[in-house]
Amino acid sequence: MRGATHARWAVCATAVALAATACGGGGDGGDSGGSGDGSGILSSSWGDPQNPLEPANTNEVQGGKVLDMLFRGLKRYDPKTGEAKDMLAEKIDTSDSQNFTVTVKSGWTFSNGEAVSAKSFVDAWNYGASLKNNQKNAYFFGYIDGYDKVHPEDGGKQSAQTLSGLKVTGDNTFTIKLNQKFSTFPDTLGYAAFAPLPQAFFDDHAAWLKKPVGNGPYTIDSYAKGSAMKMRTWDKYPGDDKAQNGGVDLKVYTDNNTAYTDLMAGNLDLVDDVPAAQLKNAKSDLGDRYINTPAGIIQTLAFPFYDKNWGKDGMEKVRTGLSMAINREQITETIFQKTRTPASDWTSPVLGEAGGFKEGLCGDACEYDPDQAKKMIEEGGGLPGGQVKISYNADTGSHKEWVDAVCNSVNNALDNDKACVGNPVGTFADFRNQITQSKMSGPFRAGWQMDYPLIQNFLQPLYYTNASSNDGKWTSKEFDGLVDKANAETDQAKAVGLFQDAEKVLRDDMGAIPLWYQNGSAGYSDRISNVALNPFSLPVYNEIKVN
Amino acid sequence: MGRYVIRRLLQMIPVFIGATLLIFLMVNVMGDPIAGLCGDRQCDPATATQLRKEFGLDKPVWQQYATYMGNVFTGDFGTAFNGQAVTELMSTAFPVTIRLTIVAILFEVVIGIALGVVTGLRRGRPVDTGVLLITLVVISVPTFVTGLLLQLLLGVKWGWISPSVSSEAPFDELIVPGLVLASVSLAYVTRLTRTSIAENRRADYVRTAIAKGLPRRRVITRHLLRNSLIPVVTFIGTDIGALMGGAIVTERIFNIHGVGFQLYQGILRQNTQTVVGFVTVLVLVFLVANLLVDLLYAVLDPRIRYA
Amino acid sequence: MPEPTPPEPTPPERPLPSMPPGPHLSGGGRAPEDGAIAATGMGGAMDLATQEADSLRKPLGGPDGSGPQDKPRSLWSDAWRDLRRNPVFIISGLVILFLIVISLWPSVIASGNPLKCDLAKSQEGSQPGHPFGYNGQGCDVYTRTVYGARVSVTVGVCATLGVAILGSVLGGLAGFFGGAWDAVLSRITDIFFAIPVVLGGLVLLSVVTSSTIWPVIGFMVLLGWPQISRIARGSVITTKQNDYVQAARALGASNSRMLLRHITPNAIAPVIVVATIALGTYISLEATLSFLGVGLKPPTVSWGIDISSASQYIRTAPHALLWPAGALAVTVLAFIMLGDAVRDALDPKLR
Repeated sequence: MRGATHARWAVCATAVALAATACGGGGDGGDSGGSGDGSGILSSSWGDPQNPLEPANTNEVQGGKVLDMLFRGLKRYDPKTGEAKDMLAEKIDTSDSQNFTVTVKSGWTFSNGEAVSAKSFVDAWNYGASLKNNQKNAYFFGYIDGYDKVHPEDGGKQSAQTLSGLKVTGDNTFTIKLNQKFSTFPDTLGYAAFAPLPQAFFDDHAAWLKKPVGNGPYTIDSYAKGSAMKMRTWDKYPGDDKAQNGGVDLKVYTDNNTAYTDLMAGNLDLVDDVPAAQLKNAKSDLGDRYINTPAGIIQTLAFPFYDKNWGKDGMEKVRTGLSMAINREQITETIFQKTRTPASDWTSPVLGEAGGFKEGLCGDACEYDPDQAKKMIEEGGGLPGGQVKISYNADTGSHKEWVDAVCNSVNNALDNDKACVGNPVGTFADFRNQITQSKMSGPFRAGWQMDYPLIQNFLQPLYYTNASSNDGKWTSKEFDGLVDKANAETDQAKAVGLFQDAEKVLRDDMGAIPLWYQNGSAGYSDRISNVALNPFSLPVYNEIKVN
Repeated sequence: MGRYVIRRLLQMIPVFIGATLLIFLMVNVMGDPIAGLCGDRQCDPATATQLRKEFGLDKPVWQQYATYMGNVFTGDFGTAFNGQAVTELMSTAFPVTIRLTIVAILFEVVIGIALGVVTGLRRGRPVDTGVLLITLVVISVPTFVTGLLLQLLLGVKWGWISPSVSSEAPFDELIVPGLVLASVSLAYVTRLTRTSIAENRRADYVRTAIAKGLPRRRVITRHLLRNSLIPVVTFIGTDIGALMGGAIVTERIFNIHGVGFQLYQGILRQNTQTVVGFVTVLVLVFLVANLLVDLLYAVLDPRIRYA
Repeated sequence: MPEPTPPEPTPPERPLPSMPPGPHLSGGGRAPEDGAIAATGMGGAMDLATQEADSLRKPLGGPDGSGPQDKPRSLWSDAWRDLRRNPVFIISGLVILFLIVISLWPSVIASGNPLKCDLAKSQEGSQPGHPFGYNGQGCDVYTRTVYGARVSVTVGVCATLGVAILGSVLGGLAGFFGGAWDAVLSRITDIFFAIPVVLGGLVLLSVVTSSTIWPVIGFMVLLGWPQISRIARGSVITTKQNDYVQAARALGASNSRMLLRHITPNAIAPVIVVATIALGTYISLEATLSFLGVGLKPPTVSWGIDISSASQYIRTAPHALLWPAGALAVTVLAFIMLGDAVRDALDPKLR
């Protein structure tokens, strides 16, 4: 340890001599020269967040990464099990699954010294829900009574500024009234959109956006948009998940391949997104410093049920046949190097058996069986137009690889080298436009990253009639009825059972073909240890130790 | 000469308006950018309408263009979707890209012309064949691969360079990226120089200069090279803009947050303000570069005169 | 081969710069520091002018020349005779012929199906019957390389031809006539230069629904011509200054005669050089467009697409990159050699 310290100071001295900026650790949190005592700073790859860093406006992983370090909400999902545990919530009581009373723990403050009170939450949520603030995650507040007034979805005028379902009843207590019964609602409160906001956010919004202030274990030391963010441990953080390191330097990379190369060259400590092309080398490059853990992400192929070719009766046989023509095992092994697991239901293994994941629920329909696949497709009347085109967006995420592999698998099963082709769409926006305007004419890529680890989150937003992410416009009265019943059910086990019944309805009609569950994959340098990814595939930064 | 320059500068005005209008329309034709902002789920219609209003996308195109141009003349290039001012993006991206371009151009001029002269004077000799083979490799192997291999070899295996460029991007870190960026253009410059040299070698004035007993070096640099440079200068002039705006692959591999990368991002996210802002500046660069090239013609060949 | 058009005895359009008489020393006075030569350099033009006058006078007797020579010995036919004897030309011609043959009938030398892929064999190396190994999707690299020739060669050759013809005609005219014509044309090229390829591709190609290669070629011509145009313009501006051109003008040669007979053969070298290299880059550009999702739609087989998908796996399966890239290199080489041979044949100084 001593030696390391000396070496570090030597490096610092050289750095100063070279007129570089301050050496890590100088004034950040009582660093007294030791580097194994939790004051070391690690660097991690990052991408430029697409939206301003407001909690209710961040809907992608890169912004989420920062929010996860910067904020703590009422609940927090356990980094290992994904279970929703009380964080700032003293307790959340309900007698009818519709009216909740929340008590906020006292003694918490924001890093600028402001106390976190019931008002911090209510103000933040009202801000997030209000239409005039343009928050992209506003729909998270859609279960709260009065949402239709502050956020009229039909384009009407906003007639209220605050949610009528939220009432501050004391310094540390507030009540929530929902517009429907939702027994597991408290478990959704760990999502970043439900974070509290300090008064400073409302007083000087522009200044806050330049340098956001939160109540989490880290504070933002400096933020250069588009290139880097330095996050430092907040000493006075009152929670018990204090950071085990001195801080995290997030570096924006233009390409995850570069980040990976930098990791190999020793210029970077953590890459939380190993590029697909490097997966085959990752084991040999990094040894046991390569981690690959399940995350709450599932990839599926959705169908345009509004298209009469794909929506008509009898087509479920064709859809099932297609599902059976996909050799999931081989594709996940070869293309994804086991960073995906073949899917056999429509949820995710991170939910656990008790949470509703059921391996093999899909049954034979998700097993590779080329002969049966061919038969099923013929029975269903063959492929519409003799060819399926799988649409995907070409600009992000290297989907071409697996779409080509899926098509080759289908082509081989059907013995026709033109039965399936990929159909790339130039930009993500164009791809989304084609979906939302119901212009797809064949199956298309669909992915779902859970917001909170509940089976409800994997089913309702995706397959409920007219739900926000029901891209294929699949609809089933039976499915909707079962989901409604499950949401009203207060007994956890029974609710899960009902959701799984709904899932079986989805399976029998093959409303979407489940492909595989995605893992989070990361690599790290030998400077750091105790690295793990949570079920949202984000690194658990506060637990990382710098050696 | 002075009047010619003024006339050329005045011609920039219609080009400027034409180019911005064209790019503005093109980004608009790409469709509605809002759907891309909400991730894998549908934006709720109310928020989408609100966002469109905020970015001014609810107005007719001509009105958007008029507003935009009005703002540009007051120095306001608008904001990107992440809330960053486009001028701020440009002020971080352009200096880096200009440095990268300078490095690349230097490589083209120094290595390209040197190789061109050597191969032009030794046509058909082993050195000529060797350079031809390297040229073929450069053309047929994508920049992505050359960049990646150099990065792995020099950056990881030998540790000579840092594989990624820091956000300050000083000149010394840009040497390898500049070489990678210049590689394809190097092929052009080398072969253009080679052909011109080979052609002019037998020209009478070279024979005369040699006959007069001028030293070989002087004949080559003063007589031969000078008269062979016009196609090369033309090429480099057209290349400056391409190097600045089109360095997408190089900038991605070496983590350079430059113009090419920002422009690419802006185009994929269909962010009119970013794209038009960056292209506007690039158009100015093109115009100035082409004017300089035309003036250089007259310097290199005094018979060319501009009224 | 374009025949030289019979000249019309029109007076020169522009008065010539004064030509001081002097000893016949050099063909061009382009080295101002050698004052003595430069001042009298124009003298060489006199000699050429006399020749010009001869050649102008001859065809006057009849359309094809009725002098002692029955065959018109134009520069172009001379060039053709030269070419036929040039081994470089013959070799490159044979390579190109071979490429055309396998583009038309790929099954002659490859019996497999380029679309038949077995993922189980992904990235495997060379095997009996599969000499080039397999790519990332488990397709046979040899079969795909052979079948890829059709699209790649067509795209490369057609785009290059289109760009070269459009660019050099427009650029050449701009350089030759100068003035307003040049200003307008050059400013149009400036605007075209400003269109980023990615944006142009996404906008122009996404509107087209046709799945043939022609929209892709059209797009390349549209965005590629300004470069050649500027090269041709610069080249013509220099050539125009040469004494033989001035002399021809003084002797009343028409614009078209000057362009075809005097300027084109002397100004074409840079265009050939840029075009032959551009051929290779267009073949790669086709893959970039496909990568953006706007180029040729799957299941098109082309070298560009195979090169770009193999690039990702350069560390694990370099062989998948090697063969299509090699095929591209050979194609470019053949055209560079062809271009060189044509250029040499057109250069009278080499005779």
